[in-house]
Amino acid sequence: MLTKEETHNGIFTMGHTACSGCAQSMSVKLIMEVLGKNTIAATSTGCLEVFSTRYPESSWRIPWIHSLFENSAAVASGIEAALKITGKKDGITVLGQGGDGGTADIGIQALSGMFERNQDILYICYDNGAYMNTGYQRSGLTPLNAYTTTSPSGKESFGNSRPKKYMPEIAMAHRIPYTAVASAGYPLDLQKKVKKAKSIKGAKYLQVDVPCVPGWKYEPRYSVKLAKLAVQTGLYPLFEAEYDKIISVKKISRKVPVEEYLKLQGRFKHLFKDEAGKAEIEKIQNIADENIARYALI
Amino acid sequence: MRQVLEGSMAVSDGVRMVEPHVISAYPITPQTHIVEHLSKMVADGNLKSEFIMVESEHSAASVVLGASACGVRTYTATASQGLIYMEEVIYNIAGMRLPVVLTVANRALSAPINIWNDMQDAMAIRDTGAIMLVAENNQEAYDMHIQAFKIAENPDVMLPVVVNVDGFVLTHTFEIVETIDSIEKVREYLPPLDMKYKLDVDNPYSFGTLGEPSVYMESRYNLYNAMNLSKKVIVEAAREFKNMFGKFHGALIDTYKMDDANTVIIAMGSVIGTIKDAVDELRESGKKIGVLKIRSFRPFPEDEIVSALRNVENIIVMEKAVSPGKGGILSVEIRDTLYKNKMASINVNGYILGLGGRDITPKNIYDLVVRAEREENVDGKFIGLRRLE
Repeated sequence: MLTKEETHNGIFTMGHTACSGCAQSMSVKLIMEVLGKNTIAATSTGCLEVFSTRYPESSWRIPWIHSLFENSAAVASGIEAALKITGKKDGITVLGQGGDGGTADIGIQALSGMFERNQDILYICYDNGAYMNTGYQRSGLTPLNAYTTTSPSGKESFGNSRPKKYMPEIAMAHRIPYTAVASAGYPLDLQKKVKKAKSIKGAKYLQVDVPCVPGWKYEPRYSVKLAKLAVQTGLYPLFEAEYDKIISVKKISRKVPVEEYLKLQGRFKHLFKDEAGKAEIEKIQNIADENIARYALI
Repeated sequence: MRQVLEGSMAVSDGVRMVEPHVISAYPITPQTHIVEHLSKMVADGNLKSEFIMVESEHSAASVVLGASACGVRTYTATASQGLIYMEEVIYNIAGMRLPVVLTVANRALSAPINIWNDMQDAMAIRDTGAIMLVAENNQEAYDMHIQAFKIAENPDVMLPVVVNVDGFVLTHTFEIVETIDSIEKVREYLPPLDMKYKLDVDNPYSFGTLGEPSVYMESRYNLYNAMNLSKKVIVEAAREFKNMFGKFHGALIDTYKMDDANTVIIAMGSVIGTIKDAVDELRESGKKIGVLKIRSFRPFPEDEIVSALRNVENIIVMEKAVSPGKGGILSVEIRDTLYKNKMASINVNGYILGLGGRDITPKNIYDLVVRAEREENVDGKFIGLRRLE
């Protein structure tokens, strides 16, 4: 738990231009409450950069830098090196952050380099499952059968043809000291993981599921509900790993069928039209069931 | 101290003298010896830098970008494909006004793949907003790197500086280089970097924010102005260097035997040495010919070029790069300079030579001078092509 002062540290301030119901801005606020003012952040191009730093305004009361789409892990690496060589690293958290595209697609090379060098950096991927900032195009973390503007549903298509890439396992394959998956639906769990990551020296990867109102096409009031359902269905397993070993998982308290999660989102509505759609929902259920078995979620 | 140094050693030793805090690089021929020497200096404790070997040139440039934003001195080196891979980041470094210094061991661009020297790579980053200096020999490469940091870090400038050093011709060739013995003297020449805006938890700023149409142009205008202001700073850096260390290779340009010349060869980089030898020979046969060396390609030294060419009748531009569909690159800029200054009556012949490591010999230059006497305002002519069956 955080103190009242920490909760209201105002590091990620109000007045930014995120959509109402944006789970990413919610998560950033929660994360910055834990990381505190002794943090330097390198942020990829994407929603977060656009909605929080429209010159001359900024929502950041910490030193913050945006360079390009694919290089926040490398920029963070340079920051860490500069702090180290000038003897200022102690007590400062270096944070790299990006969306799922900036992390798992175009930015995966820089991120892999940072992991492999085990630099003392916390990298956070805000995963909303597509390129939302540019208008909802598919990414490597778009889930199976999701409609996006570049994986539309149609006579010959049920939407995105592949399941999402298991990015946390790619992080673990680097044998970095800490990998965790969290969700905007579970703020205390998210903050606990950030706190732990902050205390560990070396490269850390945290992936946060952040529902996106316009991209997933749902009512803003459902952001937290959807984030919780993603976990309770087994579609978004929350866990922690040290090096290549999973050390904790968030158990599912009440298993929910994937339909409950899918039906609230416009990006899956084409699956509810006919029998063929039903079979596709079955495939998504299989992914959830495989996750439940693989990560021992029940 | 007088030493026989490979160009790469001269570059790395010059970099050692300015004590960069963070160095980051990715290996590419012919830059490799530079980063190998620097790695060894760090490994032996002769250079106290954080040396980060990264997984790509894009990340090398991004690492020095991040470090530079923290207010520390940074350095990277690359060539060819590596340079155009990091071009995106170079635009960004320049736009954020970060004083990174970068060596380019100039090399041809693919395809066909070719590891040898020309200047096409440098031309590809011409408009990034980086200052672009070109070294003629190993001594100048050594001296120019020390000057580069002084130029980049000047508060009126705050731009990346690219030091172009011809791949193999300089990087892998040994020459006598007089190195500076006293690091204290270099510290006096180049005081510690003191950036007004940096990433600092005690005084937080946001860098690289979104520049909407209402502010973007002003930001670019500031960069444009800083580039123009840097001309003065480049001249001062060369002059001060001469006063402290006794070496001078020109400021924005350098001239050779220009006093009574009616024909002038304009070029940049290591080929200047060969041209000077050829000019000596040609003068013996009675030709009034001189050399104009472009030392600063960006900013482009328009005023200096105009003054130097006032009384000239014929200009030969020799360049190791080409703009397909147009012609020469340097030659076009020379013509533009003359036209703007009402000197368009001067005959300018632009030739393309030495692409992808094709040798440029003194004989090539004699032949070119004879040929140029017959030609009027040609551009983009390839010299020395083999007759392919």
